[in-house]
Amino acid sequence: MAEVEIGAVSKAFGKTQAVVDLSLTIGDGEFVALLGPTGAGKTTTLRLVAGLEAPDSGSVRIDGRDVTSDAPADRDVAFVFQQYSLYPHLTVFENMAFALRAPTRRLPEAEIRARVEQVARLLHIEAKLHSKATQLSGGQMQRVAIGRALVRSPSIYLMDEPLSSLDAKLRGEMRLELKRIQIDLGATILYVTHDQTEAMTMASRIGVMEAGRLMQIGTPREIYENPVNAYVAARLGQPMINLLPAGLFAGAPSTAKTIGARTEHLAITRNGGDVSATVTRVEHLGDQSHLHLDLGGQPVVTLAESETTLDVGDVVSLRLNKPLFFDATGRRVAA
Amino acid sequence: MSASNAAHSVVEPSTGTRRFAGLLVILYAIITMVPLIWIVLTSFKSPDDAISYPPKVLFKPSLEGYCNVFTTRSRQTQEFIQTLGPPQGLCDNIARSRNMVVAGPSNYVPRFINSLIIAFGSTVLAVALGTLSAYGFSRFRVPLKDDLLFFILSTRMMPPIAVAIPIYLMYRTVGLSDTRLGMILLYTSVNVSLAVWLLKGFIDEIPREYEEAAMIDGYTRFQAFVKVVLPQATTGIAATAIFCLIFAWNEYAFAVLLTSGNAQTAPPFIPIIIGEGGQDWPAVAAGTTIFLVPIVVFTVLLRKHLLRGITFGAVRK
Repeated sequence: MAEVEIGAVSKAFGKTQAVVDLSLTIGDGEFVALLGPTGAGKTTTLRLVAGLEAPDSGSVRIDGRDVTSDAPADRDVAFVFQQYSLYPHLTVFENMAFALRAPTRRLPEAEIRARVEQVARLLHIEAKLHSKATQLSGGQMQRVAIGRALVRSPSIYLMDEPLSSLDAKLRGEMRLELKRIQIDLGATILYVTHDQTEAMTMASRIGVMEAGRLMQIGTPREIYENPVNAYVAARLGQPMINLLPAGLFAGAPSTAKTIGARTEHLAITRNGGDVSATVTRVEHLGDQSHLHLDLGGQPVVTLAESETTLDVGDVVSLRLNKPLFFDATGRRVAA
Repeated sequence: MSASNAAHSVVEPSTGTRRFAGLLVILYAIITMVPLIWIVLTSFKSPDDAISYPPKVLFKPSLEGYCNVFTTRSRQTQEFIQTLGPPQGLCDNIARSRNMVVAGPSNYVPRFINSLIIAFGSTVLAVALGTLSAYGFSRFRVPLKDDLLFFILSTRMMPPIAVAIPIYLMYRTVGLSDTRLGMILLYTSVNVSLAVWLLKGFIDEIPREYEEAAMIDGYTRFQAFVKVVLPQATTGIAATAIFCLIFAWNEYAFAVLLTSGNAQTAPPFIPIIIGEGGQDWPAVAAGTTIFLVPIVVFTVLLRKHLLRGITFGAVRK
């Protein structure tokens, strides 16, 4: 494991700027998640670190060594692809042993066997070692894909949405398992996802990306509580933060154009609040309910208790409790 | 299965449809097989049976055709034949019954060997070159890629024989006329365009993440190509190899034009048999039957790949 330093890297594909002047240092043993929508440049960043793409400018250093012009094989990184990419003509064992059998490594066969079996136990796929890769279920394939990276001890694991093709239940289990493995191995991981839950639960730091730029990097708590702009604020939180015109509430700073109100910033009462809103819809999700409100023509979504008695057409009163403020460009303004 | 039962499924063909389709397939098979069967039958007929009218389906089998395709014979007087010792083997026996003696082996075997060397040699070369360039076109940013691919395809837009005279003159000048190497190069250059186009389709379907994963895992691009791309392209390679082999094996026009003694292949040799002492149809049929064997064997060996190759890409995985 080692520290990985991305220094002011830019990459364009034709006229599209995929990554713009991105700098990021991933500490030894750290789990950094890059969060952003499709096309934000997350995967390109990962591929730049792996050496699958060459940057137009900037540098990549692994463990203090400049690897910017090194071939992928010489960088000592492991990559987990979104679509598994298991070799269909090989068995699970052969897939996992593939990297260890590379001509540059040439480990003794006994050691390869030991390592593969150890990782297979870790991932609970030891019974499947001699099946063809194509005979596995989606969840098993994903484990093998991760296992193929784990048999190595690279400087850094690069993971490109490794859980995105799993169903919700399996994704939850794998999230826990992956985090456990990361802690056990003390692994350095750069993890790309568009799923805020994965980023929040696993990462030690989250980098939020948009249009090729790294907007903010910080601990999940910092990103959630202290977003630098409205865009970052909108990436995290369920239901999504409500961005409302500042004029709707009294007490906003003069430079603020937008109020960002998460569900915890909104107190709902029957009466006695600052403004009143009409309930337009109640979504019962079981453990909680999403309350859709109409606030002077602005839609607002917030949480309510699951046993809420509120119904469509009810008028409620809202009070703001330390919300976030943003100026006309979306930048954060101090309250 | 009852009719009402079958009518429920919209994807399963009904029994009637299936029977009709089966009938069509059998009919088609008969139409295509009859000439082949006729050739094999003729190869076992005596010359008289072969040209009798109405044609004989039942006849006394004879190996005369096979003897005649493998030997040359000279006509002798009855008196001379009686001065010889006992006949040397089956073919000599048949020859003597027609007032002839076996003079020696014919050129069929060397021509057949030429065919094997030239057809398989050019197939191996065309498929190897085709695989490498298809991989390049599939994976790299090649300048003018579309134009180059069109140019490669355009070499197939005219019948190859249209360039026969320039190639004849060129081969004579550079000394490739009537050489095996010349024929291998010629068939390779005709087949390589087909190979590039067929194989590019197959390689495009192999996700590039496979090679990327291998390259990150410590392999060079070429090692990744050999270890990861080739095993997954076997279907396409096999199908392409069969198409290339069939072309090179059957090619007649260039073989007639460019080869005479040294590098002549079987296709131009077989018609020559007709000219040797009357129209010896059983010998022609025997030569053709033997000529069919390698292609049948090769196709049967690769038939699993061929079927998958032809239907490849029809269903998205």
